Amino acid sequence: MKCSYTCRSSDHLLARRQFMGTLAGGTLASGAVVGGLSALAAPDASKQLAKNQKRVLVVNMAGGLSQLESWDPKPATNTGGPFRAIATTVPGTQICELLPKTARQMHHLSLVRSINTKENDHGKGQYLMQTGRRRTPAGDFPRIGAVAAKALNDPTKSLPGHIVISAGGSGGRSNDAAYLGPEFASVSMGNGKPPQNTDRPAGVSETSELQRHAFRRRVNDRFALRRRTAMTDAYTANYEQALELMKQRDVFDVSKEPQADLDRYGKHDFGRHCLLARRLLENDITFVQVTHSNYDTHNENFNFHLEQLGEFDSPFATLVADLADRGMLESTLIIVLSEFGRTPNINQNYGRDHWGTAWSICLGGAGIQSGAVIGKTNNNGTKVEDREVDHGHLFHTYMQAVGVDSTGHFDIDGRAMPIADPSYTAIDELLS
Amino acid sequence: MRIGRGPGHWRRETCPMDANLADPKLTHVADQWKYSSPLIACRFDPKSRFVFSSAQDNSVQRWNLENNEPVVLKAHDSWVRAIAFSPAGEFVMTAGGDGRIIWWPTAADAPEPIRTIDAHQGWIRSLAVSPDGQFLASSGNDNLVKLWRIDDGSPVRVFSGHEKNVYSTLFVDDGKTLISGDLAGKVHQWEIATAKVTRTFDAKQLHTYNGGQGVDFGGVRTLSISPDRKHLACGGLHKATNPLGAVHEPLALVFDWESQKLVQSHIAEGVKGTAWRVMFHDQPFLCGAAGGSSGGFLLFWKTDQPKEFHRFKLPNLLRDMDLAPDGHRIATAHYDRHLRISRLAAKVDKPAST
Repeated sequence: MKCSYTCRSSDHLLARRQFMGTLAGGTLASGAVVGGLSALAAPDASKQLAKNQKRVLVVNMAGGLSQLESWDPKPATNTGGPFRAIATTVPGTQICELLPKTARQMHHLSLVRSINTKENDHGKGQYLMQTGRRRTPAGDFPRIGAVAAKALNDPTKSLPGHIVISAGGSGGRSNDAAYLGPEFASVSMGNGKPPQNTDRPAGVSETSELQRHAFRRRVNDRFALRRRTAMTDAYTANYEQALELMKQRDVFDVSKEPQADLDRYGKHDFGRHCLLARRLLENDITFVQVTHSNYDTHNENFNFHLEQLGEFDSPFATLVADLADRGMLESTLIIVLSEFGRTPNINQNYGRDHWGTAWSICLGGAGIQSGAVIGKTNNNGTKVEDREVDHGHLFHTYMQAVGVDSTGHFDIDGRAMPIADPSYTAIDELLS
Repeated sequence: MRIGRGPGHWRRETCPMDANLADPKLTHVADQWKYSSPLIACRFDPKSRFVFSSAQDNSVQRWNLENNEPVVLKAHDSWVRAIAFSPAGEFVMTAGGDGRIIWWPTAADAPEPIRTIDAHQGWIRSLAVSPDGQFLASSGNDNLVKLWRIDDGSPVRVFSGHEKNVYSTLFVDDGKTLISGDLAGKVHQWEIATAKVTRTFDAKQLHTYNGGQGVDFGGVRTLSISPDRKHLACGGLHKATNPLGAVHEPLALVFDWESQKLVQSHIAEGVKGTAWRVMFHDQPFLCGAAGGSSGGFLLFWKTDQPKEFHRFKLPNLLRDMDLAPDGHRIATAHYDRHLRISRLAAKVDKPAST
């Protein structure tokens, strides 16, 4: 007997309703949000729109990219490993030979080589690099994508402003906006596939669909007359956003890109995801995150970085070049980050371990100087020698780069929530 | 082209025995010498005067077996992963992460490069010398095997057909054939005269693709052909449940040379790591060197048994080994910066130096 899980009968429409409910609900049920949700009733209460729409692209090198095999090589030292440094398009700046194509785009990019986050745990490292703050039991903080979506997204836009392209998984809406509310939580595209349950079931006609939503809106409006809350508004707004997302589903379909571009970016997942990121940014999605995995190389660090960065280099460099060619780089901040770096010491398995003490990121585009190198590590990379910074400084810098006053705050239920940790400031010399 | 048997024929990765039989069960460390950087690779020279090793400081070291004084050879810009000798031992060739092959005078007081060639795009993973001593084969991360004349370093032929990095290469003692193994676990047999693949051995058990981590891992790290040319051994690893975390076990696959059938899978229960090298001994048995999170081991297998008949645990994790031409000594390169010489015979009254 044929299993009919994909029959799309009316019984299964519940799954879609649940998804839309999930899109609408987000973190509502968590109970851990700080500051309530009334800000959603006035979505423009805290917007800081720049004159030109700014966007943010994060490339998350999951597991902990080795700074020595990427942005801060130390060849011919006791920690340097087998790879050499190569020249880039920025005179005097060298990066690892594993990134030859990225080296040819370095005039669009900058490096921060003096990060000391003092954190060697994957989860905690990822949290502080994504939020700009250390996790505390007192409450959760929104991820950079949620902050960017809230601060930069044009509220008249119908599509979600916070998209995370994950290496795997099925997609859905995440719980990463904290007190900013579910409207700004990420919509995940599992392995670059369009958000799940966003196509109209074949058994439901367009007329029927319109009638159903007309009925829902009428009931919602009636309910709202007497019992309107932030929560009901959030549900309503997210249902409408989900409907718009369904109408514009092609925006999320990378197969609509020209074959020549699909070939240029490569047939592997990361290449496809980079091209999808370009497509989303071109369609004015405010924040896009792409993940490349996995760099947690306790074993055979050099073979695995050779393999992984061999895959990363070409599509990333192609994406940077395309954004520059299309005039989008001035309005798009690019950040290549990890949860930490890797130990200068090479262990017995040719591996490198977790290292939050002296590591690097690469960034460029909107508001960032081109070709800058901030900070310095010592000769063999074991400590920061100049201009030590951490996640707090970086988060302020990201926000300032896209025109957000990072010393300001969001008004959440009348409570001022600082956009970035007030005890830090931006890396001013990196800003253009 | 026919490559004949010559004075360097034992470099086909087997080792002739001398008058006295080696006894693996008597294996012990006879000497150990310390360098200033962790070691990577090691090889005896054909006359057993020296052992050459390489280290993480990009240098090559020559250890005199008589006085254990190291002479340091510096010219590479990266780690040296492969060492080979001309048949009579007058030249040593080294290659590694800089894609270069360098010729050195083996016994000079202060060796300087005689010749340097840019041989591969990316790392060179292995070198092999033809039985007649005329040719040098190299393999690398450009997925190619290349053939060079030893006397002048001129290119002879390129063997293209691997789809992944080529980790190992070896001449067959028939004068016509070369084999090479790659990351995907494919071992191509090449006709040297035409550079065509004539057969492929399937050693895919040595390869893992971990979807969760998104990595290819393993590969044919080492090749050896038995002295009677009945068996081909391929070494590496399996059970890679966590490639990035060094959770895997050594494995040596033995194929029947004629039929290409897998006749044995040699394992080492309880040992974590990689079979960095396997070599058939003439007696005959297969000697393996395994290094990983559980330490460094010499393993001795007979073809009719999957498990080793003897294992010897070394004081530290090893990364390479070589059998001496006499078949009685094994050199091992260690993470703790030591080169160790183990004897497959009863101890003599000579304390190991440090």
